Amino acid sequence: MTDLQITTPIPTVASSTAVLADDTRGAAGLTANNVACWFGTKKVLEGVCLDMAPGQVTALIGPSGCGKSTFLRTLNRMHELVPGATLGGEILINGVDIYRGAIPVTDVRRRIGMVVQKPNPFPAMTVAENVVSGLKLSGMKVTKSERDDLIESCLSKAGLWNEVKNRLGDPGRALSGGQQQRLCIARSLAVSPQVLLMDEPCSALDPTSTRRIEQTISEISESVTIVIVSHNMQQAQRVSDRCAFFLAAENEPGRIIEESPTKDIFTNPRDSRTEDYVNGRFG
Amino acid sequence: MTSVADVSESNLVDEARVTPVVRRSKVDRAYRAVATLSGSVVFVVMALIGGFLLYRGIDALRISGWGFITESQWAPDMGGAFGIAAVLPYTVSIALVALFLAVPISVATALFITEYAPRRLRRFLTATIDLLAAVPSLIYGLWGLFYLQPRLITLSKWLADNLGFIPFFEVNEDFGTSLGVFPSSTFVAGVIVSLMVIPICTSVMREVFGQAPPGEREGAMALGGTRWGVVRDVVLPFGRGGIIGGSMLGLGRALGETIAVTLIISPSFDAKWSIVEQGSNSIAALIALKFSESTETGISALMAAGLALFVITLIVNTAASSVVNRSRSGSATEI
Amino acid sequence: MALALRRRRNVTEAVADEKIRIRSVESIDVTVMIGSAIASFALSQLLYETFLPLSGALGYVVVWYVLFLAVSWIAVRELRGNVRAKDHLARVVVWSGASMAIVPLILIVLYVVGKGYHALRPQFFAEDQRYVGALSDATEGGGAHAIIGTIQQVGIASLIAVPLGITTAVYLNEVKGRLAKPLRTVVDAMSAVPSIVAGLFIYAAWILALGNQQTGLAGSLALSVLFLPTVTRTAEVVLRLVPGGLREASLALGGTEWRTTSRVVLPTSRSGLVTAVILGVARVIGETAPLILTVGGAFIMNWNPLAGKQDSLPFFVFRLIRFPQESQIARAWTGALVLMILVLVLFVIARAIGGRGPDHIGRLKKWRLQRKGLA
Repeated sequence: MTDLQITTPIPTVASSTAVLADDTRGAAGLTANNVACWFGTKKVLEGVCLDMAPGQVTALIGPSGCGKSTFLRTLNRMHELVPGATLGGEILINGVDIYRGAIPVTDVRRRIGMVVQKPNPFPAMTVAENVVSGLKLSGMKVTKSERDDLIESCLSKAGLWNEVKNRLGDPGRALSGGQQQRLCIARSLAVSPQVLLMDEPCSALDPTSTRRIEQTISEISESVTIVIVSHNMQQAQRVSDRCAFFLAAENEPGRIIEESPTKDIFTNPRDSRTEDYVNGRFG
Repeated sequence: MTSVADVSESNLVDEARVTPVVRRSKVDRAYRAVATLSGSVVFVVMALIGGFLLYRGIDALRISGWGFITESQWAPDMGGAFGIAAVLPYTVSIALVALFLAVPISVATALFITEYAPRRLRRFLTATIDLLAAVPSLIYGLWGLFYLQPRLITLSKWLADNLGFIPFFEVNEDFGTSLGVFPSSTFVAGVIVSLMVIPICTSVMREVFGQAPPGEREGAMALGGTRWGVVRDVVLPFGRGGIIGGSMLGLGRALGETIAVTLIISPSFDAKWSIVEQGSNSIAALIALKFSESTETGISALMAAGLALFVITLIVNTAASSVVNRSRSGSATEI
Repeated sequence: MALALRRRRNVTEAVADEKIRIRSVESIDVTVMIGSAIASFALSQLLYETFLPLSGALGYVVVWYVLFLAVSWIAVRELRGNVRAKDHLARVVVWSGASMAIVPLILIVLYVVGKGYHALRPQFFAEDQRYVGALSDATEGGGAHAIIGTIQQVGIASLIAVPLGITTAVYLNEVKGRLAKPLRTVVDAMSAVPSIVAGLFIYAAWILALGNQQTGLAGSLALSVLFLPTVTRTAEVVLRLVPGGLREASLALGGTEWRTTSRVVLPTSRSGLVTAVILGVARVIGETAPLILTVGGAFIMNWNPLAGKQDSLPFFVFRLIRFPQESQIARAWTGALVLMILVLVLFVIARAIGGRGPDHIGRLKKWRLQRKGLA
């Protein structure tokens, strides 16, 4: 798989926006401190404390409806876009609160990228345009050669370059589902995020594409912190360094039941509910 | 190390809800400002329409006083009396005739598109209904005047001859009913206006019918119901709001229809029950016909009439929109 | 019976991998329909000729239709019972109701073509009415001045209403500000403003209060009052169809609100927006009532929409149709035909563009991509 090696260094796009300090580059640590979430008056998440260490893959596991995705969306301020959604507690990136105005919200979202369940490349853009769309959308300027390098390196990192290098001018949606999802990963990588949130990125994909994306995750995890929601225990085991098990009792908000290195949570869980879940007895 | 254990109780931040701070860039603030500004243009224009019509019409209203509502003649320029007591009932009855015909046809067409038509025909029909809405009312008026009216008055005559005991179809003609007394009537105008109302009603009803819950629909089918059973028990009850709202939207349009009515009717200022007899009127047609020959007071009186029409359509349409919106789910598609 | 038997045999003989064809219309229905049609025809012949004092083809068709409903209902009830008979009746009523909506359109198109094509000559598009006298032939002179007037008036109205309408739709659906709810109500109300009232308003505000003359521009203003809510409403529907996931994806990349709207939402809904605008133009182009009050009307070419009275195609038709001379009436029909063709052409273009997906790469976009080295 030598062709997947990064051949060109990613141009330091961030440097062109002069205001950004040094700790806005490279994998960043993310800390959730006593996070709670509401939709209207309904509390869906409570007391969530979680450290997502730089350069590590953290998997959020748990049955449906326990608040994993909601939690993930609080991490890059997508939660507040839902009408009536509120939250409490704090979330820090490299120790800086993301909600209280220290960092502009657009910077928060650029530094903490996101890949959702269903691939959603921009329909009105070509493959190449999709990759660099984040630059345009967040107002970063690059030279033409920087841009071309970025397209190639991001697509390579997402393991898509060889498949699409002759189809860069096709519409993004002309690709297959798995390719579209990798295109979305490449798109997120192009703005050089420090954290990448992935909300069940493989659930809509076939096994081959899933494997390809898992490969991508392990390849990029050094340069970007990854938080991934997964329903697939095997996948969580394969890709993650640490795991957090979420659970919500009936009519109660979701909480973290257990949080440990992946190996421990699957082989030696402390809580019986964790053991039941990872062994497939419910959920 | 488990971070849950690491964070001791004292380190926990307050759980109270935070208000996310959104500092928008200058460009974003400008963008929101421009969008808000252009949105408020609509408010301003609506206020100006009402304001200017009132401002220009107030002179005439001062002259006529309450007579504007009770007087049926229209002679403001000769210093005579004027009012909408004849014009307004005519306007309403043209609109009601139009609705009487348009609503059943629209319900049938909407049902046909959502329930009965083969899939391929559906798209074609939807486009055709849109096209009907795009045909200028002038063309409807011309066609109605030259093609439909001569054919329609035979029906008027039949109605007068056989159902003449009903006040609507009564004709005051001592020497018997000749075809000559039937053209330019409320009925003919109403039929033409109904053609213009059909696409409006149909598109609202089609949209609402199409949202009838597929589960209930399949449930009724699975119980061995006929298609009519599904329509009667599921689609029509669900779409009642759409039928009422769509009809009212149609009513709003019918009340304000100008050119077709102007072409068809011969103006009458004596209110009468008969809809088939020659002579009718409408506020919009009154304005179109009298405008060029009016002097100052006349124009002012027309402005007042326009204001009345504006207020009436405003009320009808706002009521209609609220009915339709209540029966329509505004959910967006998600990817 | 024989029919049913034959059908059953066919089913058993059918090969296994042949697709089952589901038919909503069965042959027995067709038989009943044809039978009832003939029976009711005969009956109405009898009734019409002898008993009913009706005249004219219209009454005949009505009688035939009512009898057809009755006869076929009785037939189906005898054959298949009450429930099916009701179903049948509903089906027939719905079918005929739908055709009642379609048939007039066909009749109108055919009638206008039949009336208008006589005087349709190339010079209709090149000449005005300058040399047309009372006794001139219908083929003399033309409606060029009216066509130019219409194009200018509708063009200016579009320049005003389209940007304003789309921005308003963006406010309603993207900015979602505090005013969104009342604004939606007012836009709905504005779309119900009778066209004559729009004309009256411009006459009161622009001509009487501000002291302007009747010009093409005044007509454009009146048209834009009618155009604005139409564009806003249809554009809002189109914007609502853009999946929320795309907006979130854009924001998640660090996109600003403005760029999310301008680079993701609007391009994605581009074909829908273009369709909305063209359909709006098709509706506005035939508006007559507001122009009666605002443009003044003219028989000669006026290229300047800012000064002097102008003509417009619908107004041209409206005036000429009420002339006593046959030649003027013929010209009016030709104008109506041209107007109808304009509307039809716009409509077809709108449909063709509306069918395109957001990932359609047109010639312009291809050129732009190549210039940027992205293709």
